[in-house]
Amino acid sequence: MMLPWKMSAQEPGPEHSPHAPVSIHDVTVAYHQKPVLWDVDLDLPESKLVGVIGPNGAGKSTLIKAILELVPRASGEVKFYGGSLRRHRALVGYVPQRESVDWDFPVSALDVVTMGLYRRIGWFRHIRHRHLREAMNALARVGMDSYARRQISQLSGGQQQRIFLARALAQDARIYFMDEPFAGVDVTTEQIIINLLRELRDAGCTVVVVHHDLQTVPEYFDHVIMLNTRVVAAGPTSDVFTRENLLKTYGGRLTLLEEAAQAVAMTAKH
Amino acid sequence: MKHRFHFNFFWLAALALLLVVSLPVFAQSSNAASVGSALRRIFSAHDYNTRVVMSGTGLLGIACGVVGAFMVLRKKALFGDAVSHATLPGIALAFLLAVAMGGTGKNMPILLLGAGLAGLLGMTVILVIRNSTRLPEDAILGIVLSVFFGAGIALLGVAQRVNTASAAGLETFIYGKTASMLGEDGRRIAWCATALLGICALLFKEFRALCFDAEFARTQGWPVRSLDALMMGMVVVTTVIGLQAVGLILVIALLIIPPSAARFWTEDLRALVLLAAAIGALSGVLGSGVSATFPDLPAGGVIVLVAAAIFLLSFIFGRSRGLMVRAAARVRLERRVNRQNALRAMYEVSEQQPEHQPIPESALRAVRYWPGVQLRRALRRLAREDLAREVLDGWVLTADGREEARKMVRNHRLWELYLIHHADVAPSHVDRDADVIEHVLGQKMVADLEALLAESSPKPPVPVSPHPIAAATRGGAS
Repeated sequence: MMLPWKMSAQEPGPEHSPHAPVSIHDVTVAYHQKPVLWDVDLDLPESKLVGVIGPNGAGKSTLIKAILELVPRASGEVKFYGGSLRRHRALVGYVPQRESVDWDFPVSALDVVTMGLYRRIGWFRHIRHRHLREAMNALARVGMDSYARRQISQLSGGQQQRIFLARALAQDARIYFMDEPFAGVDVTTEQIIINLLRELRDAGCTVVVVHHDLQTVPEYFDHVIMLNTRVVAAGPTSDVFTRENLLKTYGGRLTLLEEAAQAVAMTAKH
Repeated sequence: MKHRFHFNFFWLAALALLLVVSLPVFAQSSNAASVGSALRRIFSAHDYNTRVVMSGTGLLGIACGVVGAFMVLRKKALFGDAVSHATLPGIALAFLLAVAMGGTGKNMPILLLGAGLAGLLGMTVILVIRNSTRLPEDAILGIVLSVFFGAGIALLGVAQRVNTASAAGLETFIYGKTASMLGEDGRRIAWCATALLGICALLFKEFRALCFDAEFARTQGWPVRSLDALMMGMVVVTTVIGLQAVGLILVIALLIIPPSAARFWTEDLRALVLLAAAIGALSGVLGSGVSATFPDLPAGGVIVLVAAAIFLLSFIFGRSRGLMVRAAARVRLERRVNRQNALRAMYEVSEQQPEHQPIPESALRAVRYWPGVQLRRALRRLAREDLAREVLDGWVLTADGREEARKMVRNHRLWELYLIHHADVAPSHVDRDADVIEHVLGQKMVADLEALLAESSPKPPVPVSPHPIAAATRGGAS
């Protein structure tokens, strides 16, 4: 049994590849002096579906936000294909948590999706018809084109999530970060989303997904990052999604342990 | 093409509104051109000065409506209030400075410049405290508002001691006094309103993204802090040009009320901005007009009251979110639920008895609780739709009614089973009204559920209720 401080102490960090879509170098994030992420140091693999799992408060969303510079990092650095985020901004797509915005806002589904194109449209410029067409295409990919004119509060939770996804698709990125896109969505939406994520991966994109449902991890993700303030394990799902690692990640949370056991049984079957 | 037209339409309409309202302040005083005389007829009974005041406050209303729409959507309404109060010490200091430099101190541009600088200072103080402490935002706003306003009151006292005669007018900035507004003041407001409208038109898409989802805007690389600062700077400018007309306490009303009233009418941001501008203009023009007609009626108060009246009307009659629309929607929902309940109750009773035998109302009342005359009303509505018929000793379903009821019962039972067997899924995703349950749950899930139902049912067209029907009776909507 390794002692906790031995586990977190980094053996001279893994080799970072300059070609990795995202290299995270010893990132630590603290909110009000309390660290929520310690020394995260890893590379994200090219064209893979990557799940980020861990208990509540483990820093899953914070990891994504730290990568995207939405929260200040206390230390460390993140490289995109060896360069800075500023230089590779166009390669990065983001799907925030659904609860992070006010869905009563006076815009239509199409308006929201078009926001994914604003960066390419550029400062001061008007939205042209071809931009709207592009946004409609993104909507069609999530099966929402017939809802384009709806005000967003009139959509169900799953439909709202699909709108967010369509906005990210409109960004036409190479690396996608998604914060709990499967949280509280209906079965149809879940199917649409996972099919789309696979499509993106097969097209060469790297998709990083914060996920809460352990049972679907082996089915959905090629690669997992198991997080509990620090990285407990990261690697191909078949290697690291083990009972032992789950115990380390989730500690003594009993109900979750049960789920974990089931999930492990499922991996064995795969 | 359609959408470009749309975009331009809204901004052109806003610009046209601005031009019409601003004509009087640009028209020559007595011998105005033909446009002027046409407008004079509209604003008849008033002299040139009154027209200038009405035009100036109308323009202020446009500026406030446009800027206020974004401010309210960014959830910064109280920020605007704090900033407007923070202008007072600037006015007093500018006055003292002007006196020290040997003037009377009543130089409007200098006073307004002082007000603007103090407003910006207040804004900066709020941002600094917010970014460097963990104080809640409302507390910070309260601190800045009261401290700046207090400092302003104190400095006004000093100003009065220095030069009592000309400092007397300074207090009008607190409550506003339109009577002193001149043509040049009106023109200043016109230019500021034009500039503010122009900025909003240019940065419309950036502001929209910022107000809706600032975090996403940041990942896109927009400078969110600068955009926020610009937006708040625009609030400061609006406040400053509003000081003379409505005063620093009431200007917040013109910033918040028009967009809030407009929200009851539309679900589109461009329409919201235009409508807020129109409501602001109407409040300003009507309010100052009424105040000029009756002596001793302060304009600031009347303008706010007019805006409030428009808000009240919108709140009740608003086509999109007004009280009436919502009440009508609620009545429709109640009717739909009752209709479904009546159909389901009839179907469930008829399952237990020979086909085509009339169902007495007492049997329906045994299956489900119906307050008052609800059941009879629902049945009569079914009769009007030709889904049910009243016969001698009860009611029967028509062929159409049977079919409709069958579909409804099937859906309901499938949903019930879904809830029982998939309790881990958030219940809020159960949509009892879904016409085609497969659209929500997917083909496979529905097939699974139907198989599950078939196991417990001998004859399958409608799955048997997963709970004993009598047991569900008193549960309300089971």
